[in-house]
Amino acid sequence: MTVEGTAQRKNARGSSKRTTAKKATSAKKASPAKTRNSGGPEAEQNQLVQLLTPEGKRVEHPDYSIDLSADELRGLYRDMVLTRKFDAEATTLQRQGELGLWASLLGQEAAQIGSGRALRDDDYVFPTYREHGVAWCRGVDPTNLLGMFRGVNHGGWDPNSNNFHLYTIVIGSQTLHATGYAMGVQKDGADSAVIAYFGDGASSQGDVAESFTFSAVYNAPVVFFCQNNQWAISEPTEKQTRVPLYQRARGYGFPGVRVDGNDVLACLAVTKAALERARTGQGPMLIEAFTYRMGAHTTSDDPTKYRADEERAAWEAKDPILRLRTYLEAEGLVDEAYLASIDEESEALGKRVRDAVRAMPDPDDMAIFENVYADGHALVDEERAQFAAYQASFADADAVAEGN
Amino acid sequence: MAVFEKITIAKAINESLRASMEADPKVLVMGEDVGKLGGVFRVTDGLQKDFGEERVIDTPLAESGIVGTAIGMALRGYRPVVEIQFDGFVFPAYDQIVTQLAKMHARALGKVKVPVVIRIPYAGGIGAVEHHSESPEALFAHVAGLKIVSPSNSSDAYWMLQQAIAGDDPVIYFEPKRRYHDKSRLDTESIPDPLHKARIARTGSDLTLAAYGPMVKVCQDVANVAAEEGKSLEVVDLRSLSPIDFDTVQSSVQKTGRLVVVHEAPVFFGAGAEIAARITERCFYHLEAPVLRVGGFHSPYPPSRLEDEYLPGLDRVLDAVDRALAY
Ligand SMILES: Cc1ncc(C[n+]2csc(CCOP(=O)(O)OP(=O)(O)O)c2C)c(N)n1
Repeated sequence: MTVEGTAQRKNARGSSKRTTAKKATSAKKASPAKTRNSGGPEAEQNQLVQLLTPEGKRVEHPDYSIDLSADELRGLYRDMVLTRKFDAEATTLQRQGELGLWASLLGQEAAQIGSGRALRDDDYVFPTYREHGVAWCRGVDPTNLLGMFRGVNHGGWDPNSNNFHLYTIVIGSQTLHATGYAMGVQKDGADSAVIAYFGDGASSQGDVAESFTFSAVYNAPVVFFCQNNQWAISEPTEKQTRVPLYQRARGYGFPGVRVDGNDVLACLAVTKAALERARTGQGPMLIEAFTYRMGAHTTSDDPTKYRADEERAAWEAKDPILRLRTYLEAEGLVDEAYLASIDEESEALGKRVRDAVRAMPDPDDMAIFENVYADGHALVDEERAQFAAYQASFADADAVAEGN
Repeated sequence: MAVFEKITIAKAINESLRASMEADPKVLVMGEDVGKLGGVFRVTDGLQKDFGEERVIDTPLAESGIVGTAIGMALRGYRPVVEIQFDGFVFPAYDQIVTQLAKMHARALGKVKVPVVIRIPYAGGIGAVEHHSESPEALFAHVAGLKIVSPSNSSDAYWMLQQAIAGDDPVIYFEPKRRYHDKSRLDTESIPDPLHKARIARTGSDLTLAAYGPMVKVCQDVANVAAEEGKSLEVVDLRSLSPIDFDTVQSSVQKTGRLVVVHEAPVFFGAGAEIAARITERCFYHLEAPVLRVGGFHSPYPPSRLEDEYLPGLDRVLDAVDRALAY
């Protein structure tokens, strides 16, 4: 091949580089979905552990109590507001084309912040792909979460620096990793606990069933935290299970409990108790946080195709942030100035996230060949060299074309 | 011959499912979100509305469960057409496909048939996150008992799926997801080619490009550019990877003397290796150059901002064409 030929071609074929990626999903308007009683039968509702009612009233529970300082309560509020802001910002950034995709946690703040704040630093978290609030509690810089959704990496953080594992896209896989990690903790004689997050849809996966089996058989110090947000893309929980999910645990030989997933205090109390069990050698526990995905499954999804607006409206009345705020205000624990300061902080976070994403560089081409193996591999070395030479041929050709 | 208007590949597959379900009450559609949502790509749009929940089944989120129960239903006389949501999610079902589906007919001395069709939207180029862009076809083609096909245009999409469903063997039907919205002519009346038959997508005399699925369009574009440079390339659309119609590739290569195989999957141990070996064996004295391969690297499918570097595009294929012609 002649060098000029390549240069010419490269120019002539400018359009062949970077064809714009187009989402293959269409966004047609939906036929109205049937309304479901997503709250479930009343009997099931009553089994919810709740410490803060949707109206913002503090209530007691015989098994799970919690006593928090004013600062701690305000902290939970702040965490939820900032997490929601971060999430909203990411959704906007996706709309603006800065992210390829986003999986919003809107509505699940209490489940994530409550469970996340129950963790000790030495505990280890295995998330799925929507645990932005848990990541926040672990101190993972939120901008790190955006790399994989922007398409510049497949993870974007060192799991060991915050004991927060990478997001897992293949549904349910991480529950086994969490179990194995917990078995390792146990072998080490350490007293930390492990927590695995997953959705109601994931509960159907074989991996999740196997993780239940292993954790029970080995009495592994792992807490299974299922956020039942009622939907797995278009499929309601009834398409995954005919018994309330928390009841599954019994069949494996460990306890399960259903908590009001929109009640941050209950999520905190129950998760603390489960972690404590795990730490003290009493084995695994399943927590089903009964909550709701307020938005679409991801930014590619169109929930109007399969669910009714009224359902969302009913859950709006149970908003986790609003109810804590009502409580804090009624107790005189926050004032206008405090709330304003949180709003200000959240604006600043939004701006930081926007700026960081826009400044996030595309990876170098050669990154394709990085970290494929820990100890190196001759084939990768060969392909890297070939690709580098190929890329360089364009530069050489450009130089010739410019008469250098 | 009836020539119909141009429709998208996604629509052609939808029409094909519809035709199959109308023709045979034993045909079922199963998978995650295939019902009311119509699948995440809307390929099954409207089918549940028209055929009901008994025939268009929203399954639990469990791929091993989906394929395993489809096998059971096939044993009972049904013809399940299973949708795996994305390529990277077929692996929980890999065990069922490889250890059970592929081998059951042989183990039962031919006495049972398991006509399960597994539709997999595959390959990259849509800017997705990980596990949504992979080309695992070689992992299946290596397994005896499975047929592997991948259409590249609407007519093939329409006919090949119906043939797959009507046949008695398990078929993995790989759908080139980045071409879902490409329109081409749907011919519903001409007698279709057999399922395994390769197609000459463009005739030429200097070199043969062999491809399938999403890369057929790339190769046609390459042939157009090369034509402007005075080179005549023939494009063979393989359509089927198990079996491969080597006769068609062979006669093309005997005419052109050169072959470049193009696919998205990693080159190492890929479909191109099999084709290169067979064609070298069959056409040794006709070849003017070694058979070259263009494909993915021995690396995980990269983050989407790098996929244009990873995927064979015009430049990389033309580079291989130039190298082959330089011998
Ligand atoms: C093994 C596998 N199959 C299918 C998918 C596609 N998929 C992504 S998210 C999702 C639904 C998950 O629902 P759920 O477990 O309830 O979690 P949620 O998203 O509601 O938090 C599906 C089907 C996948 N990622 N992995």
